[in-house]
Amino acid sequence: MDAAWSDLQALVGAENMRAATAEDAVDGVVPQMVIEPGGAEEVAGVLKIATGAGLAVIPRGGRTKMDWGNLLRNSERSGTLILSTSRLNRVVEHAWGDMTATVEAGCTFQRVQETLAQHGQRLALDPLWPEQATIGGILATNDTGPLRVRFGSLRDLIIGITLALPDGTLAKSGGKVVKNVAGYDLPKLATGSLGTLGIITQTIFRLHPVPRETRTLSFSTADGAAANALVLAIQDCNIVPTGVQIRAASSAMPEVDLRFEGTAPGCEAQIEQTLRICSGARRVEPPENVWNARSELWSGTESLIVCKFTLLPAELGTFLTSIRKLSEALQWSWRLVAQSVGVGYLRLDGGNSGNVVSALQNLREELESRGGSLVLLRCPLAIKSKIDVWGSAGDALPLMRNIKAQFDPEGVLNPGRFIGGI
Amino acid sequence: MPLDSRILDKFRAVVGRGLITEDSQLHTYECDGLTNFRVLPQAVLLPTSTEEVQAIVRICQREKIPFVARGSGTGLSGGALPVEKGIVISLARMNRILEVDLPNARMVVEPGVINADVTQRVAPHGYFYAPDPSSQSVCSIGGNVAENSGGAHCLKYGFTTTHVLALEVVLPDGSIVHLGSRTLDRPGYDLPGIFVGSEGTLGIATKIVLRIVKKPAVIQTLLAAFNSTEEAGAAVSGIIGAGMLPAAIEMMDNLAIQAAEASVHAGYPNCGGLLLVELDGPAAEVEHLIDEVGKICTQCGAWEIRVAQSEAERAVVWKGRKAAFAAMGHISPNYIVQDGVIPRTALPKVLSEMERMSAAQGLRVANVFHAGDGNLHPLVLYDGRIPGQEERAMELSIDILRLCVKCGGSITGEHGVGEEKKSMMPEMFAEPDLETMQLVRCAFDPEHLANPGKVFPRTRLCAERTGPYHPHPLEAAGVAQFF
Repeated sequence: MDAAWSDLQALVGAENMRAATAEDAVDGVVPQMVIEPGGAEEVAGVLKIATGAGLAVIPRGGRTKMDWGNLLRNSERSGTLILSTSRLNRVVEHAWGDMTATVEAGCTFQRVQETLAQHGQRLALDPLWPEQATIGGILATNDTGPLRVRFGSLRDLIIGITLALPDGTLAKSGGKVVKNVAGYDLPKLATGSLGTLGIITQTIFRLHPVPRETRTLSFSTADGAAANALVLAIQDCNIVPTGVQIRAASSAMPEVDLRFEGTAPGCEAQIEQTLRICSGARRVEPPENVWNARSELWSGTESLIVCKFTLLPAELGTFLTSIRKLSEALQWSWRLVAQSVGVGYLRLDGGNSGNVVSALQNLREELESRGGSLVLLRCPLAIKSKIDVWGSAGDALPLMRNIKAQFDPEGVLNPGRFIGGI
Repeated sequence: MPLDSRILDKFRAVVGRGLITEDSQLHTYECDGLTNFRVLPQAVLLPTSTEEVQAIVRICQREKIPFVARGSGTGLSGGALPVEKGIVISLARMNRILEVDLPNARMVVEPGVINADVTQRVAPHGYFYAPDPSSQSVCSIGGNVAENSGGAHCLKYGFTTTHVLALEVVLPDGSIVHLGSRTLDRPGYDLPGIFVGSEGTLGIATKIVLRIVKKPAVIQTLLAAFNSTEEAGAAVSGIIGAGMLPAAIEMMDNLAIQAAEASVHAGYPNCGGLLLVELDGPAAEVEHLIDEVGKICTQCGAWEIRVAQSEAERAVVWKGRKAAFAAMGHISPNYIVQDGVIPRTALPKVLSEMERMSAAQGLRVANVFHAGDGNLHPLVLYDGRIPGQEERAMELSIDILRLCVKCGGSITGEHGVGEEKKSMMPEMFAEPDLETMQLVRCAFDPEHLANPGKVFPRTRLCAERTGPYHPHPLEAAGVAQFF
């Protein structure tokens, strides 16, 4: 163990490692060490040493989502270290003529956007907490916002990746061109893998232009079914919004937000068409920061539960009804923000917590039975210790375990935190 | 050596008359759209259900018989080329559209369904299936999944992988698994993301959940004639630089135009560089932007601009482009279709270098180019009756790919690596990159039964290496190695 620490020190320098403190705890577990390698080769080197010494490694970016995932299972490892990507923070290249950018994993999202904006471009993504969240962390957690209705999610934007593997290998996949089918698509495999296969050191993205104009419209609807019907009507006509979301809460009528981007005449014409389609709904003033409504679900620190749910777009209304019934029975209050593509975020708080686990499991079963999912993103540790936050991987779980065993045979990276205890 | 009759009986018990063993019939399956590689399979099986595919794969697994899945056989990289001592599993008879779910914009299809039939089924409701490879009237969705097929409109709409949400797959060990879900963001690894584009090396898709897209309100196609591809390329940069994302931007050079004219009489102007720019979306948006595109083209030297607005006019404009590959037969006895990708801004450099290289080999190269996303389709023309020309054409086409890689691009944008380009993979990827990709193969198919020998120049063996060491038979034979 001591030998490993001195090897690590020789590799990254004493000034780039320190003993972990309570502030570095992950779900209450305080690791031994925090280490900040200075480049991709050093990340790979740290992993190799950690693997050899039997350590567990927790990758860390901007620390905004460290509580996502199951409880760490580090009993088989001789110690735990946090590998921070904070020093891998460069925008390596903005090839604006080709509409691509190469970015290191530890770069914050906001920094990337500011750099790209200098040439009128952007990464068409709206993740949580962009000032702190890093590209690597956003990818590892597959965090996407309302823009995905038009531009897809991370898997549709990432075109190249460099991964450091536990055995010290540095591997590239994909490339710098948008269209490329040479070899297996490891950028997609790494996206949403919670750092369990390798540590992302560098990424390449396709970019989109910053829109010339942006307009937002909001409508108040009578109930979940009406909100769902409105969203489906928008999908079924040929207007092209870049955001369609439902906001709903135990204490308020559901509201639907629509965003248009493009030329001024294009936006105006689409707004006119939308007003015709939504003639039955009451137009309301959109609240400030309406497209960040998702991040507000995390406000406050009490015994809060935030879940991500997925379902078919046409089932949003039924789901809203289920939530209302459930919360009434348990005397919870709730709020949710759902994208029309069938991905949403639900906040539950207050009330009697005795039946929480079984209530969440029932809700999850209902969603899973129709092809959806319920993932707990934030919850008290008492709940986390009783439930797999990810839910079921179905009959694909053995295959996922095979993949993990190939990339990380000794279980060095984030042991236990991913689906099915991977 | 043919398969022994015991095994053939087992296959027959599964597929009955869907078993082909006659040499004359087997020849149909000896190659795909890339005809210069040919291998006669031991047998061809035509299953009609997932259960039959599973039963076949289980026999292959028990008897260690390699298998190659095949759709319509239109692939251009030898991906469906049979392997020695192996069988071909044709999915052509699994061609049912199983479900259309318009409210959720999903469809469930079997792998043998033809690409264009997907759109045809939902077109009356105003929806379409976006990936549109030029072979869309004959190629199958299963083949599209294997190759992650693109098409002219993927600049805006993405590739096959963008539109496949979930798959039912028979793994090489004979088990059936469900990858992804008809909802988005299924928790766990993105298995559809890794399966789509894996060229048949990870298993056989037997059901596919597709996402369909609402047809845009308006589609307009602008045709612009320039004196040179340089001018046309400058116009493409201008369009992208103005912050537009057209549905498609296609470029053809003079030789490609001549061929298209000789073949389908598309009525293209005889020019040095032709651009097709398609915009779609809300009417007000498209009308505003098509004017801007026209102005940019004029500024860059376009001397003729036409805008096709009706479906019929658009069909005429696209006819020449879609027929471009086949049209080469009208101006050359033989030709090689290449598929390289470059960062779009490298175009002038790559075109002038290609001109130099083609002059040096004494061969003509026609160019058809998905200009928006940098996907180049050079067509190397030659006469196979002249000794040495075919070899020189092959050499030139490989050199063009090297040039693409040197400029930061890729050896394939949509045709796949298959058999044809596996030896090129090390030009693009270092050894650790290729080894790491093959970890995925080891997770899905540790015995290398699914389309073995394709995509990668060397096979990584996957056996556990604990306990006393016994050389793998492939290793002993010197055809594979541990690394």
